[in-house]
Amino acid sequence: MRIASAALAGLIFGIGLALSGMLDPVRVLGFLDIAGGQWDPTLVFVLGGAVSVAAIGFGLIRLRAKPLFDERFHLSEATAIDPKLLGGAAMFGVGWGLVGYCPGPAIASIGFAGTPSAIFALAMVGGMLLHRALPESPSQAS
Amino acid sequence: MIADFTPVPALIGGALIGLAATLLLLATGRVAGVSGITAGAIAAPGPERDWRTAFLVGLIFGPIVFAFFGGELPRPLLPALPVIVIAGALVGFGTQLGNGCTSGHGVCGLARLSPRSLAATATFVAAAMATVFIIRRLEGI
Repeated sequence: MRIASAALAGLIFGIGLALSGMLDPVRVLGFLDIAGGQWDPTLVFVLGGAVSVAAIGFGLIRLRAKPLFDERFHLSEATAIDPKLLGGAAMFGVGWGLVGYCPGPAIASIGFAGTPSAIFALAMVGGMLLHRALPESPSQAS
Repeated sequence: MIADFTPVPALIGGALIGLAATLLLLATGRVAGVSGITAGAIAAPGPERDWRTAFLVGLIFGPIVFAFFGGELPRPLLPALPVIVIAGALVGFGTQLGNGCTSGHGVCGLARLSPRSLAATATFVAAAMATVFIIRRLEGI
């Protein structure tokens, strides 16, 4: 059931991305291009819709002692706003701005968007593996 | 002037993403951060890979199901290959170093009112906007 729920969550996530228009890097870049004179605010509405629903859903879930198919919740308790967090976010932002793909749309595009998109996803995985290979920055994939 | 603004599908699509994150947290107790799930699907210990792989398979099939029911998918035009590779590597490395991406920090972290996720989100949006600004100036558009 845990695996089936995760697959369903991924499916709904992918349909939501497709409907929202955010699988098109041009639309994402249209949001990021605030000085271009043709600003596309669509992404704000995607994020707003997602955060609103998730905030309500998460609030209700936290009334439970544990999730349906696990013994406990696995939520990050990190609070540090440190150079690692901000440096990582800045690196990610540069990559996002260069092409218009963040990880969700990059993975969701593998099945339909052609070779260049698949190469982006592969390079992204390569970057993740490179991070894991560096001893001074152990990965916390959770 | 505003181009291509589609607020209604954006809101509904966004709501579906929020619903997916809610379902994942309810069922597995995990946050729907695509970068963390992807990295974990490759490198986590055996049993922890399964649900992550299932989520990613669902994510890949989502747009295909959407198209099956008549939805329109983009045919993306990406920049030159070296740019794609460098950008992909930056996204992969950066999301691991910063522990999250648009979904983990941007959607789930903001929904949890996490100041850390807000700082990360503000940083990657600002860096991405600065990158687009510089690139478009270089291109002379």
